[in-house]
Amino acid sequence: MSEPIIQMKNIEKHFGSVIALAGVSVDVYPSECHCLLGDNGAGKSTFIKTMSGVHKPTAGDIIFEGKPMDFADPRDAMEAGIATVHQHLAMIPLMSVSRNFFMGNEPVKKILGLPFFDHDKANEITMEAMRKMGINLRGPDQAVGTLSGGERQTVAISRAVHFGAKVLILDEPTSALGVRQTSNVLATIDKVRKQGIAVVFITHNVRHALAVGDRFTVLNRGQTLGTAMRGEITPEELQDMMAGGQEMAQLEGSLGGTV
Amino acid sequence: MAQAAQTDERIKEISPLRKALIRPELGGIVGTVAVFTFFLLFAFDSGMFSSQGVLNWSIVSAQFMIIAVGACLLMIAGEFDLSVGSMIGFAGMMIAIFSVTMAWPVWLAIIVTFAMCIAIGALNGFICIKTGLPSFIVTLAFLFILRGFTIFLPQVIERKTIIGGIRDAAEGDWLAPLFGGKILTGFFQWLGDNGLIAVFERGNRAGEPIVNGIPVLIVWAIALVIFGHVLLTKTRFGNWIFAAGGDADAARNSGVPVNRVKILMFMFTAFCATVFATCQVMEFGSAGADRGLLKEFEAIIAVVIGGALLTGGYGSVIGAALGALIFGVVQQGLFFAGVESSLFRVFLGVILLAAVILNTYIRRIITGER
Repeated sequence: MSEPIIQMKNIEKHFGSVIALAGVSVDVYPSECHCLLGDNGAGKSTFIKTMSGVHKPTAGDIIFEGKPMDFADPRDAMEAGIATVHQHLAMIPLMSVSRNFFMGNEPVKKILGLPFFDHDKANEITMEAMRKMGINLRGPDQAVGTLSGGERQTVAISRAVHFGAKVLILDEPTSALGVRQTSNVLATIDKVRKQGIAVVFITHNVRHALAVGDRFTVLNRGQTLGTAMRGEITPEELQDMMAGGQEMAQLEGSLGGTV
Repeated sequence: MAQAAQTDERIKEISPLRKALIRPELGGIVGTVAVFTFFLLFAFDSGMFSSQGVLNWSIVSAQFMIIAVGACLLMIAGEFDLSVGSMIGFAGMMIAIFSVTMAWPVWLAIIVTFAMCIAIGALNGFICIKTGLPSFIVTLAFLFILRGFTIFLPQVIERKTIIGGIRDAAEGDWLAPLFGGKILTGFFQWLGDNGLIAVFERGNRAGEPIVNGIPVLIVWAIALVIFGHVLLTKTRFGNWIFAAGGDADAARNSGVPVNRVKILMFMFTAFCATVFATCQVMEFGSAGADRGLLKEFEAIIAVVIGGALLTGGYGSVIGAALGALIFGVVQQGLFFAGVESSLFRVFLGVILLAAVILNTYIRRIITGER
């Protein structure tokens, strides 16, 4: 077993009087797809935002590649190699694919000592990366607004991979997609994992999770209900755990061994 | 792109026309051609296209351009500034108070005024960012605050609403010619001597060309347009401007410093307004409390004619400059053609409506024909 690339230890996050996370611990390993499951309001989004530097944890430690980390902002986390593909995609429909692809990380070339956006390089890399993922663009200046949901997801994922992500956080990438687009995205996740990248896959669809997941963590009401390896847990059990804490309290005894 | 185009049978080839249609400058280009055609046909003999006439509408257009560049970048970054007009009045008045009433050297008055106005621009931006209020409301407040001070201060200090004497104060100053002078005067004299442009026939200026140089105002306008265009399309900061206006949250998630971009754009808008005010003060030699009235709307209209979306994230500086040109040419052209000037407002309203409708249609094309 390799070392975890990122360890979240007893993360707590309070928003005023609301406790969004009450001590969550998760380890993520390279070349693995770690599925984070939970119902709405379980704290999934807050948790990954803490991991990606959007929120600072109220308490708890983040250990990245063996060193404690304290991210000031998402840029910090991104530079360290933690990339997030958000629910809202971080794609801007009115902008071209290549402008979106390099948003926040624009390649620069110097002309007369002044830094300029290197459009040729950006366009070339974008077309290449899109071809690899199996998306044929009309041109790099095609607006993202003309792409389908699955294609946008793939653009976002390949962008993260291109910029050297070591941990790729996917926030419900399949929740709004059709069957075919979903399988495309799941296939993309599989490709990414095989490149040695750790994938954190947030979903509330158990079937999608089981299709690609190696490790499953269920969150409920700001707490983790435990982590299971692939093969240790059945879809029914996962479904039950996600379904709610009340039912869970009664079931905990019987599931204690496996969860 | 040939090999990319043939690989997916579902992607239809788009016609060059449609491709041209999604360029933000389209409206501006079409409008400019239409306006020039119109006036060339109907007002050619009116003196509008003599050297003096050209200079006349060029100056007016350049004034619009200066404020339109600031308004354009700010609008693409997703914000408005309604305080531009008041800022023009305020900046002019501060220069007058500093240089005439307080007898500071003009260069110091100009520099301090620039610093003050840019700081107010930053404050505008800071309030919008920190409170999350729409910039529409915040800058509307500053529209009244700045205009109020612009009327109040000269009345308290000088007991009048116009302060003159700036031209005398600016005599021999090293910074003032940067806003009030003319360039290429030798070239224009040469043009006049060779009979290429009209010269004075009589009087003590006989032999001098009627148009004896290009006002630096026009140089400022062209320089700002080029700067704005390059910044927007050729730099990473330009990408951040688009991103900040397109979707601030998405941009933030991608690591774009959205707050910094927006505040800087507010500051740049204030800078443009101050350039406008300084040029105007140097030209008139006085500052008036009513200067710059309604300029904010004129700037916004020029930007919208230029193809920018009111919601941000899309637009072009070149388009905005063409919008300003249309503005200047029509305003002065109607005057040359002897048309009642109030009709200019009718024209404004109509063209604004047409531009917004066209822009909405274009946006639909870009975001997937829905």
